[in-house]
Amino acid sequence: MAKSLFQKVWDAHTVRQLANGQTQLLIGTHLIHEVTSPQAFGMLRDLKLKVAMPHRTFATVDHIVPTDQFAEPYADPLAQAMMDALRKNCAEFGVTFFDRASGKQGVVHIVGPEQGITQPGTTIACGDSHTSTHGAFGAIAFGIGTTQIRDVLATQTMALGALKVRRIEVTGKLRPGVYAKDVILHIIRTLGVNGGTGFAYEYAGEVFERMSMEERMTVCNMSIEGGARAGYINPDETTFAYLKGRPYSPKGAEWDAAVARWKSFASDVGCKYDDVVTIAAATIEPTVTWGINPGQAIGVGECIPTPASATSADEKASIVEALEYMKFAPGSPIKGTKIDVAFLGSCTNGRLSDFEEVAKYVKGRKVAPGVKALAVPGSQIVALQCAKLGIDKILSEAGFEWREAGCSMCLAMNPDKLIGDQVSASSSNRNFKGRQGSPTGRTILMSPLMVAAAALTGKVADAREVFQVSN
Amino acid sequence: MSLAKITSVAGRGVYVAGNDIDTDRIIPARFMKCVSFDGLGEFVFFDVRKNPDGSAKPHPLNEPRFQGAKILLSGANFGCGSSREHAPQAIQKYGFRAIVAEGYAEIFFGNCTTLGLPCLTASREDIAKVAAAIEANPQLEVTVDVTAQEVRFGGQTIKATMRESARDALVNGRWDSIAELLEGAPQVQVLAKSLPYLAA
Repeated sequence: MAKSLFQKVWDAHTVRQLANGQTQLLIGTHLIHEVTSPQAFGMLRDLKLKVAMPHRTFATVDHIVPTDQFAEPYADPLAQAMMDALRKNCAEFGVTFFDRASGKQGVVHIVGPEQGITQPGTTIACGDSHTSTHGAFGAIAFGIGTTQIRDVLATQTMALGALKVRRIEVTGKLRPGVYAKDVILHIIRTLGVNGGTGFAYEYAGEVFERMSMEERMTVCNMSIEGGARAGYINPDETTFAYLKGRPYSPKGAEWDAAVARWKSFASDVGCKYDDVVTIAAATIEPTVTWGINPGQAIGVGECIPTPASATSADEKASIVEALEYMKFAPGSPIKGTKIDVAFLGSCTNGRLSDFEEVAKYVKGRKVAPGVKALAVPGSQIVALQCAKLGIDKILSEAGFEWREAGCSMCLAMNPDKLIGDQVSASSSNRNFKGRQGSPTGRTILMSPLMVAAAALTGKVADAREVFQVSN
Repeated sequence: MSLAKITSVAGRGVYVAGNDIDTDRIIPARFMKCVSFDGLGEFVFFDVRKNPDGSAKPHPLNEPRFQGAKILLSGANFGCGSSREHAPQAIQKYGFRAIVAEGYAEIFFGNCTTLGLPCLTASREDIAKVAAAIEANPQLEVTVDVTAQEVRFGGQTIKATMRESARDALVNGRWDSIAELLEGAPQVQVLAKSLPYLAA
């Protein structure tokens, strides 16, 4: 019988049915970081348990690292305590730790793929909702809580119910200046922030087939913002080319066997989906958020919704709540909205190609006076690649502060925070109330090039106009 | 490890209105700078309960009449966003023992179940009935019956459902799956051998 990739991976990793009807699923790769793992290690100690497969457990530090300080101790003693705890836990339990001294540290969802740890046909779990990122490789990747981290550490498995699969096809060609970020914001806007509840999303069709792995990661990364527990793209030659030669990728004769196996996991033609949605690529505009969740998004040429435009009482209430928080005038164009901060980075858009695209257009130009612009590479390797290409220099000369790798202002657990009700043009993934570190701070999500356009003009702008984007 | 069978929760309720209440709102990220979950209860809904100067904002959890509530009522897509278990931990440590909402984000729901915190789903109209009854009498005892999948209050009963796997786990005292997962270790070893990428 024809099966989807999700079904094949699920079947290949099913240990057994549990008493309550859930599946005990083998988790082949467990990624951990400093924020959600310390309590899990504490639980392991309390239960006198060990890590079941330390060789399949990989750690890095990302959420709390200061991006303007490398030397320890950190100014924030709580951040230092979390750093110390992770270091100690990894040493004690025999877990590989990509520490800052390794040159391989970075946001966990950038490090896994970069090292070749993330592979097709595998299961991955991490105590972070953006674990869906790894689905870009045709892996089934779940964000989990701390007690589940304990479960995976102790047993290399977790208890889970199967998901339905929705295939989302984006057909045709994206227009110039429209990026992977716009595609996923458009999908979330269309299907809603809870439209994916109970589903894994399979992104398919020409647009995703043409995308680079980095673009695919941007899309899969935000699956969770649409409520989907996982999101994936079937592995293909682009996937294999990306993985070839990476530190944890199979080598020699094993490589060919691995590719053959990886191919076999791709969804079969004619397999059954629980739902299919089709979107025409040409209808997607550079997309920006105007509200307090990622589904509250519009094309950059559109106006901020009015409560009267709502089609339900629910929608009206969320528009009113969002407008009140954002202090935006209903019905006015989003274009021209003044910004205070521009943030380039995060597990959504903190990879080489994101900075490369920005550098191509901002070279020789300057960030608008009064705008604080941050460029935070997603990993030390991304930082190194950027340095080799002179991208760090181009961005610095343009007025961006070029920082050390980390999550930074995506969630502001380190010193990079909005102040008061500042407006941030951000390449990250969440515009929730207070997300970027100030309880009244305001976030507008957009693609990296749109962030660059906002940084240079001091307001929300159409990057296609600011940079004459034509390719 | 013997776990409590969570068949029913009785106590006073409080209604926190709104849809899409995300886990950043339930527990802002800055309170996750900790290596233990202890003490998170006092920070639940912190930024919607407090002004930056520490003074109280209008919020149901700040009202004396709702202090000590054990049942939290809310809207649709409750607990969306970040997978942080700090959110259900904060809710539980604040003193809540059950949640009744129109719907939940998946990761949050799973995290709650694993902590023995039942999340039941009811219709908006029915939640409004409970909210109205609590508003009229905050002392009213509300019973969340996990076994029967209903909520009883002041002589009224509403339907409140739960995914069967979670309901089964709660009422039969197997909501923390670690013991059962550990029992599967021999099968895990066998299965792992069929997956080349797991080779040591």
